[in-house]
Amino acid sequence: MAAAAELKLLEKSLGLSKGNKYSAQGERQIPVLQINNGPSLTGLTTIATHLVKQANKEHLLGSTAEEKAMVQQWLEYRVTQVDRHSTKEDAHTLLKDLNSYLEDKVYLTGYNLTLADILLYYGLHRFIVDLTVQEKEKYLNVSRWFCHIQHYPGIRQHLSTVVFVKNRLYATSH
Amino acid sequence: MRLFVSEGAPGSLPVLVAAGRAPGRSELLISTVGPEECVVPFLTQPKFPVLQLDSGNYLFSTSAICRYFFLLSGWEPDDFTNQWLEWEATELQPVLSAALYYLVIQGKKGEDVLDPLGKALTHIDHSLSRQNCPFLGGETESLADVVLWGALYPLLQDPAYLPEELGALRSWFQTLSTQEPCQRAAETVLKQKGVLALRPYLQKQPQPSLPEGRAVSNEPEEEELATLSEEEIAAAVTAWKKGLEGLPVLRPQQNPVLPVAGERNVLITSALPYVNNVPHLGNIIGCVLSADVFARYSRLRQWNTLYLCGTDEYGTATETKAMEEGLTPQEICDKYHTIHADIYRWFNISFDFFGRTTTPQQTKITQDIFHRLLTRGFILEDTVEQLRCEHCARFLADRFVEGVCPFCGYEEARGDQCDKCGKLINAIELKKPQCKVCRSCPVVKSSRHLFLDLPKLEKRLEEWLGKTLPGSDWTPNARFIIRSWLRDGLKPRCITRDLKWGTPVPLEGFEDKVFYVWFDATIGYLSITANYTDQWEKWWKNPEQVDLYQFMAKDNVPFHGLVFPCSALGTDDNYTLVKYLIATEYLNYEDGKFSKSRGVGVFGDMAQDTGIPADIWRFYLLYIRPEGQDSAFSWTDMLLKNNSELLNNLGNFINRAGMFVSKFFGGYVPEMVLTPDDQRLLTHITLELQHYHQLLEKVRIRDALRSILTVSRHGNQYIQVNEPWKRIKGNEADRQRAGTVTGMAVNIAALLSVMLQPYMPTVSATIQAQLQLPLPACSVLPTDFLCTLPAGHQIGIVSPLFQKLENDQIESLKQHFGGSQAKVSPNPAAIETVTTPGPQQIQMLMAEVTKQGNIVREMKAQKADKNLVAAEVAKLLDLKKQLALTEGKPLETLKGKKKK
Repeated sequence: MAAAAELKLLEKSLGLSKGNKYSAQGERQIPVLQINNGPSLTGLTTIATHLVKQANKEHLLGSTAEEKAMVQQWLEYRVTQVDRHSTKEDAHTLLKDLNSYLEDKVYLTGYNLTLADILLYYGLHRFIVDLTVQEKEKYLNVSRWFCHIQHYPGIRQHLSTVVFVKNRLYATSH
Repeated sequence: MRLFVSEGAPGSLPVLVAAGRAPGRSELLISTVGPEECVVPFLTQPKFPVLQLDSGNYLFSTSAICRYFFLLSGWEPDDFTNQWLEWEATELQPVLSAALYYLVIQGKKGEDVLDPLGKALTHIDHSLSRQNCPFLGGETESLADVVLWGALYPLLQDPAYLPEELGALRSWFQTLSTQEPCQRAAETVLKQKGVLALRPYLQKQPQPSLPEGRAVSNEPEEEELATLSEEEIAAAVTAWKKGLEGLPVLRPQQNPVLPVAGERNVLITSALPYVNNVPHLGNIIGCVLSADVFARYSRLRQWNTLYLCGTDEYGTATETKAMEEGLTPQEICDKYHTIHADIYRWFNISFDFFGRTTTPQQTKITQDIFHRLLTRGFILEDTVEQLRCEHCARFLADRFVEGVCPFCGYEEARGDQCDKCGKLINAIELKKPQCKVCRSCPVVKSSRHLFLDLPKLEKRLEEWLGKTLPGSDWTPNARFIIRSWLRDGLKPRCITRDLKWGTPVPLEGFEDKVFYVWFDATIGYLSITANYTDQWEKWWKNPEQVDLYQFMAKDNVPFHGLVFPCSALGTDDNYTLVKYLIATEYLNYEDGKFSKSRGVGVFGDMAQDTGIPADIWRFYLLYIRPEGQDSAFSWTDMLLKNNSELLNNLGNFINRAGMFVSKFFGGYVPEMVLTPDDQRLLTHITLELQHYHQLLEKVRIRDALRSILTVSRHGNQYIQVNEPWKRIKGNEADRQRAGTVTGMAVNIAALLSVMLQPYMPTVSATIQAQLQLPLPACSVLPTDFLCTLPAGHQIGIVSPLFQKLENDQIESLKQHFGGSQAKVSPNPAAIETVTTPGPQQIQMLMAEVTKQGNIVREMKAQKADKNLVAAEVAKLLDLKKQLALTEGKPLETLKGKKKK
């Protein structure tokens, strides 16, 4: 998904009216937001954070110092780790790590949905749609978290729903 | 809270600095663990540093840890800090970790390490200088400064890796590095071992792979648009409105050009090409073309400019060539001087004078300098052991001996210098020397010679360099070369040779010797000026008023930056010495070197036969100018750059701008009513123009070309967004808008024509004729973007500027110039492509075969040296083979032919 399209999705999920213009910079098509009569902002997570503030939904950036730092940590993880991989095979270690991390968590920072969940959901969507039923079961915690986010009101929009099987089929395989 | 660190992990630097900010620092426990320990339970790869919070959560990102400490101290995050941190993680870290890995683990040095980082460092430097604040976020230090400083410190603490030309970056870095928390963190992490302290950590890391697209190029990239302030916009609009009146008064042309007191007097020289050969593209971009761009730019700035060059004609190589061709040395010089002059004329090189070194002035000035050095005791006499080839019955000049380098063991070291390690060699020190002509082993004979006492002059030289170098715009490679020479210590240099073809030595007992070209070739600039005007000393003995720019390839740096300055300083004659020494790296051809003997590469005289206009050659060579690192000429790339940058970007924009004026407004520039959007565009273009000036003032020729392309890209986008072709059909307001956009666009085109003048003079003149740009605006480039085509101005007839280069055309040229590399390919597909050549190519090859055949016959008739004949015969066979392949004859017949 092109970064500009992703930001449009985010805008909509935040309830922002359309109006921001995005361009893309360089080979990696890094998004640039031109703010009216102001300086431009460059970078997916930078712009996303800006949009959340624009929508007055600061709670999505975390409320304590700890949460705030964690949200930005996972946003960085999204653009440095997730975006670096091109196929689900590449992303194997990444999914394994995330699966282990999410074992005791509802959301990435604990008990509240944040921007990190939204952008990680958008970023992982292309891998998750390609997972086999067996792989989805292998990354059970990721699957649970992903399924939860995709049903969160307003986030998924036109992205395809990924189907997860409720009962375990390969219970002993790992 | 518990912080886990590991020895040599660079992330500890910013984290320790940031930790100092947080209240309750005593609660922070620091544990040092091994580099392979997995502290964070859910991460497969170990990561350091890691902060374990009291809640049990882990922060494993260096930026996030720093951010956390800053948040604890009450700091509020803002968009620009986020932007810097995201940039650091996604753009800086990949190139930086590669650079550190090269340096610490692979032991690479210098430009190999800095190259991948260049763009990122420049980005920081530009941001700092643009906003004109000491810190990234403004007047005070903040999170972004700490994170970036910490990332860069291990590398930049070594001054060799802190580029001098990035002034804003330097002062930012130095300010931070002297602060106490930073110093303490640096002490803790690097332990005074410098960057090598990172070794324990880095050697456990996988080798970072560099992101793609880091090769030398001016890849079009959408530049980040600068933030514009109200003042900048107001200033740009005011300047624009001045129009033609904003132009400075044209200074009259004088002949001859002489320095004028109170003006900027710019003397430009390009390394003197050696006369015995036809220059190849690398020679052309390395000196004459680069110097030409600067000379043209300098004239556009109305600086009083004199640009000189000439052929370097004395020496053994000329004598040998004369022997080969059965001519006298003078005849050879005359012949090749004309060839050189013709080539440069074709390339549109704007010399004020193109002279030569074999003139009475050369003898007079060289002998005068020698006398002064002699009377001041800077000349030594010594007996030299010299190599003499008994077979050829002569002393061998350095370049006619080859052997094994005594320093690095390189097998094909030349008698004067090793191509591999760059060290200077005394020919007799070569191991296993061979006469390059007959391959027999030369013997050592002694002969009396004169030496320039460089050690005695070293102090004067250092004094001069101390005044000249700091803050100057010498290219980094030139500084590096000079520095390493001085570090190794100077030794006396022999300045005479046992030859006939040279400047005679005016000393008893040396009547049969001449000066070595190393001593007198650089004096050529003076004598060439003396042949241009009898008042040459106004340029050359006037260091107060003259700025001397010297252009060359890097192998020439020692003579211009060291040997000549020493000679000149020793004379006590107040010579003008080089102020800007501009050295390029090497240009390769496709994947190898240019080689005359193997017929690989494009040589000056052949460029004209390709049917590609000189300006296209100039553009492409300047686009890939080996500025900062070696680069390569590639046919496919040339096609690509011509079709994308020239045709689709620059040509398309200028043509559209002109066409709109012709088609929609009857050839008259329409009224322009600037909206805030137009004003912003105007300001962006003004800033880009100023950037172009800054770059060219520092002789960053390749980078400035990029500015031109950026302006044209702005223009294209502007037209695309505003769609004047639709608005012209709309209501009154729409039509007025179409007029404004067209007027702005055609003015941008006019500006581009002037910015382009140093690079593509013919295209520039064509645009100016098409737009009927008023004469004063054609010959001056002010620092502001002015409206030079006011409403009501009538333009001329507009036509396309560039032609598409076609694939098959380029393929056939590639085959033609490929030399031996292109022909023997086991790949059947490759042979197939060779069998569909253009008839033009076959014709060219046939002509060459005939020419070479004649050479061989002539040599045989003259009973020339057997080895020389053999070399020419080899060339002939080579050509025949190429021809056969091109005509599609099977290889079998070819072998048969060869046996005959």
